Amino acid sequence: MGNSPEGTAVQKDRSQERQKQMIADHFTRLSKAEDLGEKCVYTFVPGNLTELLLSFDIAPVLPEINALQSGMRGKSREYISTAEKLGHSEDVCTYVKCDLGMMKSGNVGPTGERLPPPGLLLLSYTGCFTFLKWFEILKQEYDCPVSMLHVPYQGEGRVTDSMREYVVKQLKEKVIPSLEKLTGKAYDEDRLKELLARSARAEDDLVHVLESAKHRPSPIDAYFGGVYYIGPIFTAFRGTEDAVEYYKELRSEVDERVRLGKGPVTPDGELDKERFRIVVEGPPNWTHFREFWKMFSDEGAVVVASTYTKVGGVYDYGFRHDPDRPLESLAEYCMGCYTNLNIPSRIQMLNRYMKEYEADGLLINSVKSCNSFSAGQLLILREVEKATGRPGGFVESDLVDPRYFSAANIKNRLESYFQMIEQKRGGGA
Amino acid sequence: MTKRLNELVARAEMLNQDYTLPEVRRWKATTGGLAIGYMPVYVPRELLHSQGVLPVGIVGAGADLEIIRGDAYYQSYICHLPRSTIELGLNGSLDCLDGMLFPATCDVIRNLSGMWKMLFPEKLSRYVDVPQNFDPETGGAFFRAELEELCADLTVRGARAFEPDALRKSIETYNENRKLVRSLYEQRLAEPWRLPTHELYLFLRAGLAMPVEEHTAMLGEYLEETTLCTDRVPMDQARVVLTGSFCEQPPIGLIKTLERSGCYIVDDDFIQIHRWIRSDIPSDGDPFDNLVQAFLADSIASPIRYIDEDVKGQELCDRVRHCEAEGVLFCAPSFCDPALLDQPMAVAAVEAAEIPWTSFKFSENSGQFQVIREQAGTFADSIKLWSGR
Repeated sequence: MGNSPEGTAVQKDRSQERQKQMIADHFTRLSKAEDLGEKCVYTFVPGNLTELLLSFDIAPVLPEINALQSGMRGKSREYISTAEKLGHSEDVCTYVKCDLGMMKSGNVGPTGERLPPPGLLLLSYTGCFTFLKWFEILKQEYDCPVSMLHVPYQGEGRVTDSMREYVVKQLKEKVIPSLEKLTGKAYDEDRLKELLARSARAEDDLVHVLESAKHRPSPIDAYFGGVYYIGPIFTAFRGTEDAVEYYKELRSEVDERVRLGKGPVTPDGELDKERFRIVVEGPPNWTHFREFWKMFSDEGAVVVASTYTKVGGVYDYGFRHDPDRPLESLAEYCMGCYTNLNIPSRIQMLNRYMKEYEADGLLINSVKSCNSFSAGQLLILREVEKATGRPGGFVESDLVDPRYFSAANIKNRLESYFQMIEQKRGGGA
Repeated sequence: MTKRLNELVARAEMLNQDYTLPEVRRWKATTGGLAIGYMPVYVPRELLHSQGVLPVGIVGAGADLEIIRGDAYYQSYICHLPRSTIELGLNGSLDCLDGMLFPATCDVIRNLSGMWKMLFPEKLSRYVDVPQNFDPETGGAFFRAELEELCADLTVRGARAFEPDALRKSIETYNENRKLVRSLYEQRLAEPWRLPTHELYLFLRAGLAMPVEEHTAMLGEYLEETTLCTDRVPMDQARVVLTGSFCEQPPIGLIKTLERSGCYIVDDDFIQIHRWIRSDIPSDGDPFDNLVQAFLADSIASPIRYIDEDVKGQELCDRVRHCEAEGVLFCAPSFCDPALLDQPMAVAAVEAAEIPWTSFKFSENSGQFQVIREQAGTFADSIKLWSGR
């Protein structure tokens, strides 16, 4: 999430340079981990337990991030093809196939450095069934244990005591012992608390940044730009001093943009005129990230809120990691991630975004790979249109399979969609 | 084929073809009880039964229902089962149901639980989470709490309150049903020509939408009649295990095609709820705990269930050996994440065990089977001619 899409230079703020360096340093650390005897754990973004891992001095490796980075770097086609040749179906998640293909091709990560094998597969089974199968597949490839953390789904739109107790119990009885065994270190709750306190500070600043899009013009793009903003907090840095500094710096940059009345930075520089304010549901396409973004910015469309930026944690409803309730707080974090919310809760969130961010419409980018996101999106679209009276648009692509990005088709649809918003405005006038 | 067998098959066929759930409507008219639908793969039907509720399995609509509104809710890359389920809901076929349960099978069924809440707000709609942690004190405690909530929801809707003795009786009732299903599978294993799978399947599926007591009686009669059939004689067919169809079901035409192409299906995972729990559930002691414990410790290995210490694909290989099967047919629905993500691991296991296999995909409304017929026929021929088994 932290690198320039498709290798094209874009205008960068100081915070972006800092983030780029943080990510580069992390991958360098990973490349040296085996030689230095550092322990590495593979885990997933939604429901990640970064603070817990860091409290054991473990370096997290996130296969989804590697896959999306491969997509941005034009490597995913080859990796997916490798996996499909090995018998993996064309119907299933391309993150899985991209990751497996990368592993089979030498496990060279996004920065060109080799990734270490996992000491443990921490299967945080949060909001996505495929995670379970993904690590079952990796278990066949690596000689390492798996620690399963089953995070219950919010089917009834709430977290019950028994759900919380279930996750906490698993943390205590499964996850923590597996980390102790891997590292030979005892669980240090005080250290975890320190990390969680730093997480909460960074989360405050992240929410401030995301909510800055309520201004007119919005100083940020909360989807295409948003994926950069969420990078550190969704991955290996939540709980670190680096993350605190990054978000502090980002916040002050965004505040400055607000003060100056500036729009967001796009692939073509600063956006002069905000014509459309859009809420986006669904993950981005990574193989044509910049091209996709330009389809919006060329039309003066700014994404003012997105659900994808909540996939690794929903913070704008008030949740913060709480050092006073470390394990309970981690459990609540896991259960609160966006794809762990039921469809009515997702609709409610989108309605709220439409209203609070004064959006002109909802656009859904439906990705073939991700049933967790995609199944139900057509109903979501209708319900949000019904509740808000604002028009909805729908485009289809994929996460990292370039075969499913039809640029002309998507551009056509987007242009028609923006025209429709325009006409509605005219009609209203 | 005896006259009675003919009648039984015709009835099972009729029950499968009538999407409006005639037996459920009849039961409701007689008893005034609640009927609650459930999606694949597993819900503890005993619990519903003990509260006087009729559990009704909904596994889509098969090949004959034209999907109009259901398609408007799903993108092309989502499996067929939820489309036909929504179609059935919107066209009124499921009006007799007082609610629907959506077990933790995959993301599509999970999300359908929320869609159902939006589409049918007056009905009960509940996601039934099942633990992937199998420790009784951890996953077991969580599952029990989930089921207690379900009990309470049903009671609010008018079902009887939970009562341990009632659950004990219901467990025994379902044990009897499971026992008969096991007997039928054993009988087919021994003499697959007497119980062709396309016929057995009709009886398994018919049981989803009728009271369990009637289904048990129906299965008993079917088992008896098949033993009286003298005109069914063995043929030189390959014995195969079919796997991958545990959720969306293949059209009956596909099952017939496989049998006509030279395969005896000696084990399968169709309508898997009948065999999800392997053996009898104890009815003494705390019946709630027994139900939970059965799920934790006596469930089959399934792609939707996390395998902790066991070896992926081992159970499939064991089943092949137990059935003296000569090959495996991987028969998964298109876009089925659990089946298709699992398949390469299962294939690796059967290859390591030197078991021949072939694979194809279907959708519940597939209408053309010629390619599959040729593939399965070639597979059966290759086993018979070349495997030396």
